[in-house]
Amino acid sequence: MSFLTGFYALLFYTATVLFVVGIGYKIRQYATTPAPLKIPTTPAPITTSGVVVRMAREVVLFESLFRSNRWIWVFGWMFHVALALVLVRHVRYFQDPVWELIVLAQPFGKYAGFAMIAGLGGLWARRIFVERIRYITNPSDHLILALLVAIGVSGLGMKYVAHTDIVALKSFMLGLMTFSFKPLPTDGFLLIHLLLVAVLMIIFPISKLLHAPGVFFSPTRNQADNPREKRHVAPWAAELDK
Amino acid sequence: MADFQTPQMKEFPIIPDLQNDATSHLSPFIAKPNHNEDIGFPGELVDNWEEKAIDKMGDLLGKYRSLRVYLDSCVKCGACTDKCHYFQGTYDPKNMPVARQDLLRSVYRRYFTFAGKFFAKLGMPGIVGAREMNREVLDEWYSYFHQCSQCRRCSVFCPYGIDTAEISMAAREIMDSIGHGQKYCNEILGKLQKIGNNLGLPEKALKATLAEFEEEIEDETGVEVRIPIDEQGADVLLITPSADFFAEPHIDGLMGYAKVFHAAGVKWTLSTYASEAANFSMFIGSYSNMKVVAERIRKAAIDLGVKRIIVGECGHAWRVAYSFWNTTAGIGSGADENDVYAQQLQKQLDHSYPIPQHICEFTNDLIEKGELNLDKSRNDHRVVTFHDSCNVARGSRMGTTPGGQFDIPREVIKACCNNYVDMEPETIREKTYCCGGGGGLLTDDLMEIRVKGALPRMEALKSVVDEHKVTNLAAICAICKAQFAKVLPYYGFPMDMITSTHQLVKDAIILPGEGEGNDDDQEENED
Ligand code: SF4
Ligand code: SF4
Repeated sequence: MSFLTGFYALLFYTATVLFVVGIGYKIRQYATTPAPLKIPTTPAPITTSGVVVRMAREVVLFESLFRSNRWIWVFGWMFHVALALVLVRHVRYFQDPVWELIVLAQPFGKYAGFAMIAGLGGLWARRIFVERIRYITNPSDHLILALLVAIGVSGLGMKYVAHTDIVALKSFMLGLMTFSFKPLPTDGFLLIHLLLVAVLMIIFPISKLLHAPGVFFSPTRNQADNPREKRHVAPWAAELDK
Repeated sequence: MADFQTPQMKEFPIIPDLQNDATSHLSPFIAKPNHNEDIGFPGELVDNWEEKAIDKMGDLLGKYRSLRVYLDSCVKCGACTDKCHYFQGTYDPKNMPVARQDLLRSVYRRYFTFAGKFFAKLGMPGIVGAREMNREVLDEWYSYFHQCSQCRRCSVFCPYGIDTAEISMAAREIMDSIGHGQKYCNEILGKLQKIGNNLGLPEKALKATLAEFEEEIEDETGVEVRIPIDEQGADVLLITPSADFFAEPHIDGLMGYAKVFHAAGVKWTLSTYASEAANFSMFIGSYSNMKVVAERIRKAAIDLGVKRIIVGECGHAWRVAYSFWNTTAGIGSGADENDVYAQQLQKQLDHSYPIPQHICEFTNDLIEKGELNLDKSRNDHRVVTFHDSCNVARGSRMGTTPGGQFDIPREVIKACCNNYVDMEPETIREKTYCCGGGGGLLTDDLMEIRVKGALPRMEALKSVVDEHKVTNLAAICAICKAQFAKVLPYYGFPMDMITSTHQLVKDAIILPGEGEGNDDDQEENED
């Protein structure tokens, strides 16, 4: 096994562990922290199924963002949908044989990379040119954007500039999953791409990327509005009743 | 008037250029030691307050999922930046909701996140927006978390529902816990817990006032309408903000409720022990205080043996009543079998009515059943618009369907008036603008922020005044009423434009027996 293959194998194992454990830890923390009061932002659904629909609209369509700022919505939604398509497309590197659905998604995924970068570009431009958004921006916000753009660009580079040996890459990936290591192709774009993806996975649980699990735990959005009908008491608050 | 400029009203609201520190000088009076101590906080800034503030923050992070999730999840997208009325009126960037949150989030990141601790060790906490807890931060918290009326408008627009109100409540609770409380809220809460209402009105004064109102109604209608207090065995306990006992235009609302109860033939009562609907504990984020205050109402209900509890016109009080009374005091339905605490009260109450019920729900039900005799033309000299109060609009509900809190008060008004118009859709219902005085800001020491924060509502009002000759701004919140009465003149409107919603009911309602026996009055009315 070459040094490079070994390094990337180790990097991906580390990144995966940190990602899974980190996100798992955070999700557990969110789930176990009580929400002592009913605080849904109204008008809120009064049933659990209503909450599921509300949440789905938020997660899939970014409904609240749509109502608040059309430009942020356009760029943000474009980026996220493109990212989702790209991720779906990438599933094929981890499967043999590849699911039918993933095969069907390939042609869309191909162009989604461009949409992703365009969306990110729009968001970044707002961050630089709109005074209010510039004011609330930290250096880390630029760094995350830079990281995502670099991941997108290097990914497109592999496809459109210097073609990577996809067959070899796939066998490396499948190898990682079965602990039977296969050599990693040594293309520049690929190495950068993989390195940055690993970095993204590592910083995910310690950065604002936590909005991904966080959105599901937001009490203003995920609570049913039924406080008159059902007594809602958190364990620490129940102590006060005694 | 005061030494600041009332903002210019514009026809089309614009997003202003930022003016750094435009309102950094604005902070409310600090609570005196006894104000803090009376409600269980240290009297003055304690030793080692930096450390203790961080400890308290840790405590709250473990108790409130909202805080945890909201401090982690903000992506700095900026969607909320232009949504706060205080930002729109002051141009101070720290009044942008996300920037306000960041005042606390920066400290959270420094002490509770890996990234913050890591970059602090490298000497560059600023990369991830982390800051040390120090005096400068505390002063900033004190100013800007008291320039948030906790109206939750920002939460409607945030893609994750991040609610700055939750953050400002936490910040205020942390400050209280280290002895750095706000005078207005804490002093009021002390009075409430000692005497039973925010104003410290004693029983005698209360009863004298109610007797005066009874006389006033009789003079006007010739009908004897009672405003009972402490009446054992009444069916309904009415909990209303104490402003309804003395302030304009609140008292007209109270007389309106009395007339409605009278017309419906419902046996009702007020309570001297629980003569206050307002619960400022919510403003300071204090769960335990909120519970103490809610329990007064629970005790009054049990002692008086009532079957129903109805809440008068008050915004945050209705939020507390609707959303939190069941949680904190068992005033509601659906307590577990083994929930002894809540069972006691819930067995006594009549569950065929909503618990608690809003006075507008009560009146609207009667209107729908045709049980009130309303003469709309008695309000023909008015063109009315309605101000959705933020805590009702975004924190609670009425009726049985989502959004009932928007429709029901409007239905009540429309049943009493021929001339009703709504303000701009972007400024009403769940997108409503705060009056500028909520959240514990209704104090003279914060007049500048109150006037500036009222700007978006005043602009929307001006447009219906110009276009539709609106004469009255109806509200269902004691704070909104008090705030508007003070602020309207700054913008060139008459202060008596602000109207209790139940004043419109009061003026339209024809009581059973009204006019009989004094024909003169009747004729006058018909003229
Ligand atoms: S809760 Fe209201 S006052 Fe506070 S930041 Fe949000 S919009 Fe502004
Ligand atoms: S809208 Fe929400 S996520 Fe966006 S900046 Fe404001 S608080 Fe943060």
